[in-house]
Amino acid sequence: MNTCQEPVIHLMHAYLDGDISREDEQMLHEHLASCESCKEIMDEMKISALFLKDAAPIEAPEGFVSGVMARLPKEKSQAGFQRLLRRHPLLAAAALFLMLMSATLFSNYSNDQQFSFTKQPNLVVEGETVVVPAGEVVKGDIVVKNGNLRIEGEVDGDVTVIHGSKYMASTAVVTGKSEEIDKVFDWLWYNLKSTVKDIFQPSNGESQDE
Amino acid sequence: MDELVNKRINQVIKGDQDAFEEIVTLFQHRLYHVCYRMLGNPQEAEDIAQEAFVRAYVNIHTYDQKRKFSTWLFRIATNLCIDRIRKKKPDYYLDATVPGTDGLNMYSQIAAAGDLPEEEVERMEAQERVQYEIGRLPEKYRTVIILRYMEELPLQEIGDILELPLGTVKTRVHRGREALRKQLGKM
Repeated sequence: MNTCQEPVIHLMHAYLDGDISREDEQMLHEHLASCESCKEIMDEMKISALFLKDAAPIEAPEGFVSGVMARLPKEKSQAGFQRLLRRHPLLAAAALFLMLMSATLFSNYSNDQQFSFTKQPNLVVEGETVVVPAGEVVKGDIVVKNGNLRIEGEVDGDVTVIHGSKYMASTAVVTGKSEEIDKVFDWLWYNLKSTVKDIFQPSNGESQDE
Repeated sequence: MDELVNKRINQVIKGDQDAFEEIVTLFQHRLYHVCYRMLGNPQEAEDIAQEAFVRAYVNIHTYDQKRKFSTWLFRIATNLCIDRIRKKKPDYYLDATVPGTDGLNMYSQIAAAGDLPEEEVERMEAQERVQYEIGRLPEKYRTVIILRYMEELPLQEIGDILELPLGTVKTRVHRGREALRKQLGKM
């Protein structure tokens, strides 16, 4: 090994890094032309650099992106909602409407715990039980909320019991529909039906008047 | 491209996860390539590169938009790779004798598994050989050599990625180059 190596090798690295002064580069070339062992080292360094640069670029495997997306933590619902609004404004509006609607319905369902019933002239009330006395005829619909209904006489209309039970005596007659509502779904359905009826009945009435 | 990236990053910061997909698509190959070269194993490279993107997503608010996004992303990935390489290192002492053998120590075991006999190296295909030689470099030099020669990044950017002063980067490139030269010989 000759003594020129250390400083010359330093110059070689500077040359390969691309930060060498003009004079130093000149000096390096002159030296390499005259020194066989240093030239060999320089060639080896250039070859190793080429060896790496020739390496084929390696691409990420298929499904890489979806793999990343699947690993991400769930995004804040706020952003998802904003994007939904942007992309499907109508759908979002409908969803919002339904959400608010059902919210009011559900709050009514749980808040409305009081015993109440439709006032009809010949009904008798015993505690939380509404009685249609035997031999009497009630003209019109009966709705009982949070209480029971016992029918011994005749009802000329629909009978609805919400959150309660209905007892029909053998003498009982109901000319209309009769239903008991206990579950949330039934309650929703009943509300929707009555809302629709409320909307359409007045207009029916008007058309009859004409 | 930087403008597009920053636009998407702002969307991600606001919470739009889909905007991140485009960022992943843009950088997936470069990031995977670096991880693959560092780790030398496709499964691990995929796992670590994906993890790097996940960390970037989670910590996106810490990214300084005045700097280059790729630098920040590469920093996350190289740190994860270095952690993985260090964890893989056996935690037993190399000069401990292997039980049941007559004076055989761990050095001989490593030699048997690590460096391949010359004939076998000669028979390797070029691409296989590249990975083999990079894998033999110590991790400190391996990282800078990959960034310098395979990603062809300027020394200053390598310093930014690894959070090292320019002088240190240069020294490591020089030592790595020297080590590689000795490994390859005249070829």
